[in-house]
Amino acid sequence: MGIKALKPQTRSTIITYAIVIVAFFAVTVLDGMGFISNSLSGQLVPICAYVSLAVSLNLVVGVSGELSLGHAGFMSVGAFTGVVAAGCLTRMGVESEILLFVAAAVIGAVAAGIIGFLVGIPVMRLRGDYLAIVTLAFGEIIKNLLNNFYIGVDDAGLHFSMTDSSSLGMTQGAILINGPKGAVGIDKISTFALGILLVLITVAVVLNLMHSRDGRAIMAVRDNRIAAESVGINVTKYRLMAFTVASALAGAAGVLYAMNYSTITPSQFDFNQSILILVYVVLGGMGNISGSIVSAAFLTVLPEVLRPINNYRMLIYAVVLILVMVVPNTKIYQRLADAVRSKLRREPKVPVAAAEGGEADE
Amino acid sequence: MSKFTDFAKQRREGTKMVPVPSVSIMPERDLGRAPALECLHLGIDFGGLKAVDDFNITVGRTEICGLIGPNGAGKTTVFNLLTKVYQPTRGTIMVDGRDTAGLDPARVNRLGVARTFQNIRLFNTLTVEENVAVGLHNQHHCGMATSILRLPHHWKSEKYYHERALELLDIFDMAGLADHEAGSLPYGAQRRLEIVRALATNPKLLLLDEPAAGMNPSETAELMENIVKIRDQFQIAIMLIEHDMNLVMNICEGICVLNFGKIIAKGTPEEIQQNDAVIEAYLGKQKEVEA
Repeated sequence: MGIKALKPQTRSTIITYAIVIVAFFAVTVLDGMGFISNSLSGQLVPICAYVSLAVSLNLVVGVSGELSLGHAGFMSVGAFTGVVAAGCLTRMGVESEILLFVAAAVIGAVAAGIIGFLVGIPVMRLRGDYLAIVTLAFGEIIKNLLNNFYIGVDDAGLHFSMTDSSSLGMTQGAILINGPKGAVGIDKISTFALGILLVLITVAVVLNLMHSRDGRAIMAVRDNRIAAESVGINVTKYRLMAFTVASALAGAAGVLYAMNYSTITPSQFDFNQSILILVYVVLGGMGNISGSIVSAAFLTVLPEVLRPINNYRMLIYAVVLILVMVVPNTKIYQRLADAVRSKLRREPKVPVAAAEGGEADE
Repeated sequence: MSKFTDFAKQRREGTKMVPVPSVSIMPERDLGRAPALECLHLGIDFGGLKAVDDFNITVGRTEICGLIGPNGAGKTTVFNLLTKVYQPTRGTIMVDGRDTAGLDPARVNRLGVARTFQNIRLFNTLTVEENVAVGLHNQHHCGMATSILRLPHHWKSEKYYHERALELLDIFDMAGLADHEAGSLPYGAQRRLEIVRALATNPKLLLLDEPAAGMNPSETAELMENIVKIRDQFQIAIMLIEHDMNLVMNICEGICVLNFGKIIAKGTPEEIQQNDAVIEAYLGKQKEVEA
């Protein structure tokens, strides 16, 4: 009884939050006992960032059903805006690290959300492969634009240039973004706790949106666009809504990611990064939020765990990826999964109409 | 909105002077009110082919109207025109006295046209209840921020969607299936669910594209009762495409016969059954049979 009596929707929501919270306490306890190696504990914040990114991309790919290949672009918008915001706030005398992080994350999310919205207006006129290609291009455009940004701050305020750092005309103050060299001298204020908090917020936003009027509209558009239009749903609005919210969440995750390193460069947020996030989503299951969390965490930890066998680790990583994709489609796995499922869940009731309407099936 | 009403006024005054050919056989039932649907010289070309041409029809506010014709006559194309899935090449469509020129399918639905599809189009991964809740989308509003923050209004909205969806599902005794995935339902139930979802949008005109397709005689009989029940309960006009002549002749008050994109006959079921042009379209010419 208990959890089995709940609606499937409520049950999966509870399980999703439980995974994150249990993981947090498990890692904290293990870390306290010294079971976590240095290299792995260095990965804790990036894991949280990747989990957030995977969950937010799942909103576009799984929930809204659009293939977006430019997620790293929105991540970088958030990262760099957040770094600039944090740099300015530090200069203005804000000292509390938590306040600094929260402000940077909010500003990064808003900036990425705005860019996502603007990119979304033309992009959402396209579908399928075309949309994938255009989002890929936008990701690259954002990366190359950031390669040419020089931003500095001094007592006179913000300075901006697109030629080089000397043309900023600053005698004192700090250069925050230095073109292809990226953002330098970042305060490393991201912590694992803040990362988990961001993951929880991201999960809450995505799940709450999914299980609401607007979320149902988004999923209706995914399932059948023509039928969704026929019941009065503005298709473009809801595709754009999913895309914008996902971009904003990616921006916040970008801030978390950036604030974990002293230096970040625009070239880190390239096409490979977008694909990596997409792999987490596909592996975890489209539209499956807890799946995205587990797969993002697992695939970020895996290369670290395999570090001792350095030469072979990417080979094993690739083999694991292929196996995880192939095995669930085998008959043996499906039979096992069915057996486990029927043990765990209450027996599904056969639809009443099945008996009478069965013969009409086409 | 005022643009539409002004236009509607002009249109109504216009039709007073030019009598519109109508299949409505009970015009006195909605005297003095705009008809649920009015088409004037409606047509669409696909390349050189006139798929539908000079389609004129008036459907009264509580009329059940049948659209029949041989395969490929353009019946579903008419539905696609009425719901603006296709933009008409010529002509006017008035819904409840409002011109639908330039509107997209979603806006036409908000004006009061709901439909079902010949090849069922449900939201397969959503539950039965969620399918109906999507149909209720424009009947009750709840903003994105309210939902994400789970403010009290969100819970009120969810309660509304839940209760109203179950109420609507009860029409077809489907409330017990509310938690099932729509795609897993048997064929007949999927057809019924499509009708419920269309009704959820609070239409003035309900378009049913072959509602009895694939149903056995007892299911069809039940469907017939339900179509009349829906008309009486919701006081809406219903237009249906159907090949089951038993259903069409029994529940339709007006029938419109389409062949090669043109209306070849309009009238009551009795008139249509006697009409030579209809018999010819369905069975071929007498001469050809002899030859």
